Amino acid sequence: MDFSFGDDQVMLRNAVRALLAHECPPEVVRAAWESDTGRTDGLWAALAEMGVVGMTAPTSVGGLGMDETDLVLLLEEAGRAALPEPLLEHTAVGIPTLAEAGGPVADAWLERAAAGEATLGAGPADGYAVGAAACDLVLLIGDQVGAVPVDGATLVEHRSIDGSRRLFEVGGDAVVLDADPALAFDRAAAAAAAQCAGVAQHLLEATVEYAAQRFQFGKPVGSYQAVKHHLADAALKIEFARPAAHHAAWCIAVGDSDRSRDVSLAKALASEAVDLAARTALQCHGAIGYTYEHDLHLWMKRGWALSAAWGDAAWHRNRIAAALGI
Amino acid sequence: MDLSFTAAEEAFREEARTWLAENVPAEPLASMDTPDGFEEHRAWEHVLFDAGWGVVSWPRRYGGREASLVEWLIFEEEYWASGAPGRVSSNGVSLLAPTIFDFGTPEQKDRFLVPMARGDEIWAQGWSEPDAGSDLAGINTKAPRDGEHFVIDGQKTWCSRGAFADWFFCLVRTDPHSERHAGLSYLLVPGDTEGLEARAIGRLDGEPGFAELFFDGARVHERYLLGGEGEGWAVAMATTGSERGLNLRAPGRFVAAADRLVGLYRELADSRGPDLDRRDQVVGAWMGAQAYRWQTYATESRLRGGAPIGSEASFMKVLWSELDVELHATALRLLGRDGERADSSWMDGYVFALSGPIYAGTNEIQRNIISERVLGLPRR
Repeated sequence: MDFSFGDDQVMLRNAVRALLAHECPPEVVRAAWESDTGRTDGLWAALAEMGVVGMTAPTSVGGLGMDETDLVLLLEEAGRAALPEPLLEHTAVGIPTLAEAGGPVADAWLERAAAGEATLGAGPADGYAVGAAACDLVLLIGDQVGAVPVDGATLVEHRSIDGSRRLFEVGGDAVVLDADPALAFDRAAAAAAAQCAGVAQHLLEATVEYAAQRFQFGKPVGSYQAVKHHLADAALKIEFARPAAHHAAWCIAVGDSDRSRDVSLAKALASEAVDLAARTALQCHGAIGYTYEHDLHLWMKRGWALSAAWGDAAWHRNRIAAALGI
Repeated sequence: MDLSFTAAEEAFREEARTWLAENVPAEPLASMDTPDGFEEHRAWEHVLFDAGWGVVSWPRRYGGREASLVEWLIFEEEYWASGAPGRVSSNGVSLLAPTIFDFGTPEQKDRFLVPMARGDEIWAQGWSEPDAGSDLAGINTKAPRDGEHFVIDGQKTWCSRGAFADWFFCLVRTDPHSERHAGLSYLLVPGDTEGLEARAIGRLDGEPGFAELFFDGARVHERYLLGGEGEGWAVAMATTGSERGLNLRAPGRFVAAADRLVGLYRELADSRGPDLDRRDQVVGAWMGAQAYRWQTYATESRLRGGAPIGSEASFMKVLWSELDVELHATALRLLGRDGERADSSWMDGYVFALSGPIYAGTNEIQRNIISERVLGLPRR
C-alpha cells in the first residue's frame, strides 16, 4: 500500500507545471476562448514535444508506455492551469482505447496520435464531443465504442459556458472498435475527476490569496471566521477528493475488480469538491469575482463543465448504489 | 504507487479476521459508561492483550507485535467489521501512549505501558476545565512544586469515564504565576490520590460517562511528570495530533458502520420498497467512509516518506466526526417510526456521534486551524 508517486512521476509533473505556468497564463486561456477552435496556438505541440501527448501509447508506436498513475498528476495540472487542450480526450481516453482495440483503426491512427500529428476526440454517444471539429478521429462511447473520422462527419456545434470547450454532436459512419465501452467511459470519468481536483485547487489558492490582501473594516477579509470556514470547507472537500482520484487511476491501470464503483467514488467526490470550490471562490471574492474581466470565471466555468461532464455527482452516486446492491 | 496490499499484509488481515471471528463476544457488552459495563470492557481488553491484539503497533517488549501503520489500519478495519466491543482503554492507548513513547523516561515506559495496554490501568483525560474548553491555554488548575511533589488545586471536567478510571493524564499549571501556554506541565495522576475526588456527571444518554475532578491539595510525585516541568503545552500538543488524526478514530470504524448502514437500507427496502432520497444519503455515508479510508492510506504513505503529521490532522477530525453524525442520522431516518426507540444501537451510536464535533477541539477550532495553518490565512 503505497500512495507516493515516483521521482520520475513527480519530475514530469513539475516540468508540466513549469511549462503551463509560463505558457498557459490566464491571457492565453482567454485567447483560446476567442479562437476558432477554442484551443491555444502552441501548447499542444509543446506538450507533444515533452512526450506528454502520446505518453499513454505503447512504446512500439512511439509512446512512452505510461499508464493512468503516471497521467493523473498531469491531469491535475491541466485543471490547475485551465489548460484548453484535449489531454482528457486524446491522452487519457483516445490513445489507450485505440491501443486496447487494435485492428485497422488503431493501425491507421495510433502512431500518428502518439506523435501528436493526429488528434483524437471523445464524447459520450448521447452527449457532446468537446472540440471535435479540431480533431481527426472522434470516439463515441455508449453501449459500444464507435470511431468516426471527422473528415466526412456531420458536426452540430453548441456553445459551452466555458468558451474554450466547443461542444459537438457528431454524426457519421462509425467503425465499432473492439474495446470495452465501460472501461473507456471510466477512463474519461477518472480523468475528469483529476481535472476537477486541479481546478478546485486553483480556485482555492486564488481565493486564499485574494482574501489575504483584500481589506475591509481595516483587516484582511481572510481573517474573518465566516470567510475562513468557507475556505476550510472547500479545502476539506479537495483533501478527500484527491486520494480517491489517485486510487481510481490506479484501479484503471491494474484492472481492479471494483474499478467502476471506485471511479464513481472519485468523480462524485471531485465534482462535489469543484462545485463547492467554485461557489466558495465566487462568494469570497465578492463582486469583483462576478465580473467578466476578472480571471476567476475561467476556472469557475471549467469547474462547472467538468463537474457535469462524464457523469455528474448524482449520476455517479447512483452508480455506486447499484454497485453496492441497493 | 502500488495500492495493493502485500502478501504479508493480507496474511496479517486473515490472521486478525480469524482470531476475531473466534473470540469476539457473541452478545454485545453493557455500555462502557456504566460501572458494570466498564468492567466487562476491561475484561475484554485483557483477552485482546493476552492474545497479542491489544496494541498491535507497539514494540514487543510492551506487548505489541510491531505491526506497521498499514497493518494497524488493516487491524482496525477487521476489528470494527467483526462487531467487536468499543475500546475502553483507547484514551490511554491512543492518546497518552504516543506521548509517553515520545516524552517518557525509560522508567515511565516500563511502569505504565503494559498495565495500560492490558486494561489493568485505564486512563482518563483531565484537560478541560469549567472555564477552559476550546481555549485550552486558559486552564487554571494549579500545581506548584513542594519538594519532590506537585500539589494540585483546582477542577477538571468533561472527563470521559473519569468516575471509573484508574489514572488521569492532566494538564496543570505548575508555575502558579504563569499565563497562557507557559508554566504548564503534564502530570500523570493516580486515581486514588488523597485530595482527588471524581464525581460522575450524566451524559446526554443519561449514563454516568462524564466526570468532574476536584483537586484539593492532591500531592503527586515528580516521577509522574511527563516531559519537562513547564513544558506541558508542547507535550499536550503532541497528544492532540494523535487525538485528531488517525490514532483515535481510524477509518475502519466508519467503513464498518457505513457497510452496516448499507445492510440496513437493503433489509428495509426488501420489506418497504426503495426510497431513492434515503438511498442517496446511505451512499453519501459510504462515500465519506471510503474517502477517509483512502486519504488515511495516502497520509500513511507521506508519513513513511518522512513528512510530519501536522495541522492536516484537523482535516481528518472534521471529516470523521461529521461523517459519524450524518451516518447515524441517516440510519435513524431509515428506521422511520422506530428511529426514536431507545433500545437501538443506531440511537446509541447517534448520541455518541454527536459528541464528536465537540471533543478533541471543536470543529470550529479545527476549521480555524485548517484555514490559518494549512491555508495560511491571517490570524487577525
